Amino acid sequence: MAHDRQPPAAVSARGWGWRHASRKAWAVDGLDLDIEPGQRVLLLGASGAGKSTLMHALAGVIGGDDEGEQRGELRVAGRDATNARGVAGLVLQDPDSQVILARVGDDVAFGCENLGVPRDEIWRRVAEALDAVRLDLPLDHPTSALSGGQKQRLALAGVLAMQPGLILLDEPTANLDPEGVAEVRDAVARVARTTGATLIVIEHRVEVWRDIVDRVVVLAPGGGVMADGDPDAVLRARGAELSASGVWIPEFPPPVAQRRVAGSGERLLDATGLGIARVRGTRIAAGIDIGLDEGRATAIVGPNGAGKSTLALTLAGLLRPAEGVVAATAVLARKLKSSSPIEWRSKDLLTRIGTVFQDPEHQFLASTVRDELAVGPRALELSDREIGTRVDGLLERLRLDHLALANPFTLSGGEKRRLSVATVLATKPQLLVLDEPTFGQDSRTWSELVSLLAGLLDEGQAILAVTHDADFVAALADDEVRLS
Amino acid sequence: MSILTPTKGAQAIYRINPVAKLATAFLLSFALILTIDWLSAATALVLESLLLAWAGLSARQFFLRTIPVWIAAPTAGFTTLLYGQASGQSHFEFGLIHVTDGSISLAIATALRVLAIGLPAIVLFVTIDPTDLADGLAQVWHLPSRFVLGALAGLRLVGLFLDDWRSLELARRARGVGDRGRIRRILSQAFALLVLSIRRGSKLATAMEARGFGGDTKRTWARESLFGWREFVLIGIGAAIAAASIATAVAFGTWNFIVG
Repeated sequence: MAHDRQPPAAVSARGWGWRHASRKAWAVDGLDLDIEPGQRVLLLGASGAGKSTLMHALAGVIGGDDEGEQRGELRVAGRDATNARGVAGLVLQDPDSQVILARVGDDVAFGCENLGVPRDEIWRRVAEALDAVRLDLPLDHPTSALSGGQKQRLALAGVLAMQPGLILLDEPTANLDPEGVAEVRDAVARVARTTGATLIVIEHRVEVWRDIVDRVVVLAPGGGVMADGDPDAVLRARGAELSASGVWIPEFPPPVAQRRVAGSGERLLDATGLGIARVRGTRIAAGIDIGLDEGRATAIVGPNGAGKSTLALTLAGLLRPAEGVVAATAVLARKLKSSSPIEWRSKDLLTRIGTVFQDPEHQFLASTVRDELAVGPRALELSDREIGTRVDGLLERLRLDHLALANPFTLSGGEKRRLSVATVLATKPQLLVLDEPTFGQDSRTWSELVSLLAGLLDEGQAILAVTHDADFVAALADDEVRLS
Repeated sequence: MSILTPTKGAQAIYRINPVAKLATAFLLSFALILTIDWLSAATALVLESLLLAWAGLSARQFFLRTIPVWIAAPTAGFTTLLYGQASGQSHFEFGLIHVTDGSISLAIATALRVLAIGLPAIVLFVTIDPTDLADGLAQVWHLPSRFVLGALAGLRLVGLFLDDWRSLELARRARGVGDRGRIRRILSQAFALLVLSIRRGSKLATAMEARGFGGDTKRTWARESLFGWREFVLIGIGAAIAAASIATAVAFGTWNFIVG
């Protein structure tokens, strides 16, 4: 059909390595790898093994000499990877930062324009690409109105329209809800079948891609390939090891902490006839009744856009109820005059209700991990000794001690999540509110979070979590609130 | 976000190349800042208001969008009335405040001028779609596509910044630092937003590069930016209004050249 579609591209690495300009250690080193044209590869490895670095290099977007140093050889379709832009198309993890233009059709056309494709041919390709990812929307549909899964399919369509010989997917479904994951997976499967392009996918969750790929490559931390071959064979031989390093493999589930006591304790908070609004005046749900008890975990579940996060933030005393009442009992409010958390001072919330936001970056305030943990205790005007004890305890408990002086923004996804939870635990709130705590986390971080929260529940803290994660609900939740 | 969601409609004005709208607004503004007298501004304002029916906005949309101008015009006029250059008969004096015949006429001229420049500019700009403007700037005026498209893509992030700002505000309250002074809190929040936006920007840049942006290949354009008779008509109307207002002011002797 298309007259100048690129043939599937081969990939070859010979002693290839890359070192980021600001780091001493090589992110990838001594890599020898050959991928045949048309092969479909799942790329695994512990976090820090350089998977993303390799993908960026293959896409030709890793940057010039000022951003890092390269050694060895990396070739895509026989050309040096730095000059192979346009041969490879890359889809990244974050749906929001990949939308480039305001209208669906224009966004898909963007890559073609950059490659100098003639106008008529561009619009033919746009229609074909949108059809391939089953994004059945008008060309002038606003991209801001798309769901996460739709945005990722849009990004895939944008890549497809460039008709690349190599399609690179860097955790394309990590930030999506289960429906979004299925949408994107199915679109990729269809595209791989019809175009025959070489495909490389990075993903923590093996079961999503297992039936689509025909080869698994595991990168070793520190350089080189640890395992390579048929998916089933590699996963059988290396499954336990991979699982321990954070890869989700169905046959090797991460350890799940058992709660010692099923929760029950004093009532902390009651919501009756609650209506919620993110922005004042636009109510998104109403008639909600919830009670939160010490030592119990409540999960808020439901589809995107149902108002789960808004409900959690309202119960946490951060958003004003649109109608109805959120009332803290005397056990939670203690000496405060008002029983309504939204009326409390910011400082009063610290020891009562702690909130972990969906995006950890929103809640970071300090320039080092250590200072970040001290923010809450300082606001409480605790003694320096007490602050030091708490901070050191948390650093150790959440495996952040080696990062005490690092800038929170430079941490990996899993480290950021652990830090954001730790900052809240530092002030020992009676009620912990978490918004999608396990989103995009590898199985190791997941397992650590679950055991940490199970421990808190055993100690009598109450937990309220917004989540899409059925495993998380099964592991921890006593009650489930479904919004629709 | 009004900047990202221009009003849409079927009228002719929506099909006119944004570059022509930009040129027209600049032309009018330029003519009106050459002089500061009441007659030139009043002439322009009268002629412009005759054309508002074709502006593609309902009365409600028109007043909602132009509220800033309706506030700015009397404010500027009133300030000039009190503090403007004194001349002629004095009416009132208190400290620095000095109301005279001269400051009264200057005040009227200023208020009318703000309206005559501001109203058409807003009316022309609200019907501009940023994507079409970028196409026009790059294809008609041949500005470098790297900058034009970079700015256009960046503009889309503005909507995300609003969400970020709200989340940052809530997060500060949750972290126990929401009781601080308002100014201090806003400053630290603004810095956090800056950090976040730089990170978002660099991610976006990577996504754009991954689609071949900034390469050596000569770029093609999926949307053609047309510049034809409609565009010349609009600019012509702008030029005619500018000429009429200058001519009237000169003919009746109110013209006073202020630039130069």
